[in-house]
Amino acid sequence: MQKEYTVTVYTEDRIGITNRITVIFTRRQINITSLTTAETEIPGVYKFIITVLSTREKLDKVVGQIERLIEIHRAFVHEEDEVVYQELALYKIATRNLNNHNIEQLIRDNNARILTITADYVVIEKTGHQQELLSMLKQLEPYGLIEYSKSGRVAIVKWSRRFHEHLKDLSLKQAEL
Amino acid sequence: MQQKDVLPTKPKTTASAPAVAENITGAEAVIRSLVAEGVDTIFGYPGGAIMPIYDALYDFQDTVHHILVRHEQGATHAAQGYARSSGKVGVVFATSGPGATNLVTGIADAYVDSTPMVCITGQVAAALLGTDAFQETDVIGITMPITKWNIQVTRPEDIAPAIAKAFYIARSGRPGPVLVDITKNAQFAVTNFEYKPCSYIRSYSPTPELNQEQIAAAALAINDAKRPYILCGHGVLLSGAEKALIALAEKAGIPIASTLLGLSAVPTSHPLYVGYLGMHGNYSPNINTNECDVLIAVGMRFDDRVTGDVSKYARQAKVIHIEIDAAEINKIVKADVAVHADAKAALEALLPLVNAEKHEEWLASFREGDKLEYEKVQQNELHPKAGGLTMAEVIRRISEKTEGRAILVTDVGQHQMVASRYYQFRDPNTNITSGGMGTMGFALPAAMGAKVGAPEKEVVAIIGDGCFQMTLQELGTINQSQIGVKIVILNNNFLGMVRQWQQLFFDKRYSSTEMINPDFVQIAKGFFVEAKKVSSRDEIDAAVDTMLAHKGAYLLEVVVEKEENVFPMVPTGAGIGEIRLD
Ligand SMILES: Cc1ncc(C[n+]2csc(CCOP(=O)(O)OP(=O)(O)O)c2C)c(N)n1
Repeated sequence: MQKEYTVTVYTEDRIGITNRITVIFTRRQINITSLTTAETEIPGVYKFIITVLSTREKLDKVVGQIERLIEIHRAFVHEEDEVVYQELALYKIATRNLNNHNIEQLIRDNNARILTITADYVVIEKTGHQQELLSMLKQLEPYGLIEYSKSGRVAIVKWSRRFHEHLKDLSLKQAEL
Repeated sequence: MQQKDVLPTKPKTTASAPAVAENITGAEAVIRSLVAEGVDTIFGYPGGAIMPIYDALYDFQDTVHHILVRHEQGATHAAQGYARSSGKVGVVFATSGPGATNLVTGIADAYVDSTPMVCITGQVAAALLGTDAFQETDVIGITMPITKWNIQVTRPEDIAPAIAKAFYIARSGRPGPVLVDITKNAQFAVTNFEYKPCSYIRSYSPTPELNQEQIAAAALAINDAKRPYILCGHGVLLSGAEKALIALAEKAGIPIASTLLGLSAVPTSHPLYVGYLGMHGNYSPNINTNECDVLIAVGMRFDDRVTGDVSKYARQAKVIHIEIDAAEINKIVKADVAVHADAKAALEALLPLVNAEKHEEWLASFREGDKLEYEKVQQNELHPKAGGLTMAEVIRRISEKTEGRAILVTDVGQHQMVASRYYQFRDPNTNITSGGMGTMGFALPAAMGAKVGAPEKEVVAIIGDGCFQMTLQELGTINQSQIGVKIVILNNNFLGMVRQWQQLFFDKRYSSTEMINPDFVQIAKGFFVEAKKVSSRDEIDAAVDTMLAHKGAYLLEVVVEKEENVFPMVPTGAGIGEIRLD
């Protein structure tokens, strides 16, 4: 059955690595719904966090094929309840609407915060799950939303134990050579 | 130049150039790196973006033998043939743009068939990258899904490390093709050079550690089995596990069947060898896959040509899958016991743990199927009473006259299946064919490369009339480099395999499969390759003798029955149990 899964991939810092990873999803006709990537706490090691709608069976195979790539350290599939995750959204609205008392309340109620205020616009930030971000979007809509932007998923795996150590070991091993 | 009666002259490998040098060009660094890796043969084709490298090669002619092919596709297949016959890494040079794109078919072929190959392509200067410059092609992007690894190098100091990594990756673990694209500025620029072979990449662990629990579980399953069955794949040859495999089979009394690429790992005449698996394989090895109780798949990946409809494949069997590439385990067939390991290491570890057994009844059951296949198919093909020559009788004749000792290089189609069924292999690595891709045009260049890689061996290419016309220009290379391959064209004036499908599944609507062929003998002679054409049964003996006695390259065209079909056959989409004998 198709479900939403989080795939995490630890990679070397290499030109084209995104391409190498995504093409494996493409070949199996899997659509990537979000992709976040950034350097980890270990210099030179990157973490990709990919969300997809697919089946466990397919994804286990995809992950095997991803791990086969030379510059990949490890890749994992996670069920929804195996990860703690957040997404981040930015909302830009016209400053004149800020005077509206309801907006302030709305920001507070949503646990959001104001990042920037200029003469023309305000940027509000909120982290949460997709549903919450969208719900705030709906609430802001009547106040003249100018632009909305949302990140992909950032996730931490509940059961990961020594992964940080593992990555550090790798770097040490490399340094010895 | 006339063809001379000599074997290819192997360059004397002089003491390798020092692996340290100051202020040399990137181009020279390329050649020195290759020399440091022990490369003595390169297949390639020059052009603007790789000219500095060719220029550097000029000074190394005593050490490195460059074979000028007639098309870059030919270079890749030649490198494949070379790698498969010599066990070394095949090396290819090509220029940017069209040179590089011409490599694509051979790289993809090497990728699916796990053949170690390093391709070095020239690229436009770094400053021009991404500008659609003359002959700029994104070869890195194009080859990303078909290489084990690729890299673009834009600075001369990065050349040696890139090549070191390329060789390590190409030959380790599950081997495969690697591409190094080098910009022209990096070839011209000067650098200090030091060659350090690569033996470690932190994100890559090619040789899995043997897991004793997996081995114990496999041994337990084998010892419990009443009808154990080994499927031997290319991985057996790649890891040099032939002896270990046979030792295990002999001790535990287990029949062995082979995939297309596993052929020649076990001698055809071995009493435990039961034949060739797959769509056009032998009858009993296919049928008995659905009868065994333990299936021991060694270094094979359950290609759909082997399994047919997976939902009807070996459902009854406990599957032990010995495989070096973790991504292949559970990909197609779920393994009950997964042994993630190098085939040789795993088999050697298994040997002391398995019980001595005979399984006579089980073995005998193969012989029943063989008898049926012989009566219904083989007898008519091997000893036809009338009609044109059959492919089978030609292959069997070649098999007998070479005593199964030749390296057989086959192209793609009916002739490939017939050759795989009827050639009686004796020594490992004597079957070279395009399995996973099924690339027409493979055999002529691959045979050429195989001969260069193993000059002491007889190399016989079996090629269809259609396939031959895809890469026949390599006759030019064969002539120029004096490569003594024997070329047999089985000419049925049809794209036979496609015609067979049209006959069986498309109501005999022969859409674009009939071929009006040129005079192959004239063509060969035009390239100064000796040639002869035969079409009747009583000529074939002498013709094969003449071919084999001839020193140097020789082309034998054999006109065969136009509408012969290859049986047995598992129709696409059917289970292997539904294999047809006619
Ligand atoms: C490059 C390429 N194009 C098309 C095919 C499809 N194909 C497979 S077998 C075959 C016919 C081969 O004909 P021929 O070389 O005459 O051999 P025969 O089957 O007659 O022995 C074709 C067209 C292929 N495998 N490779």
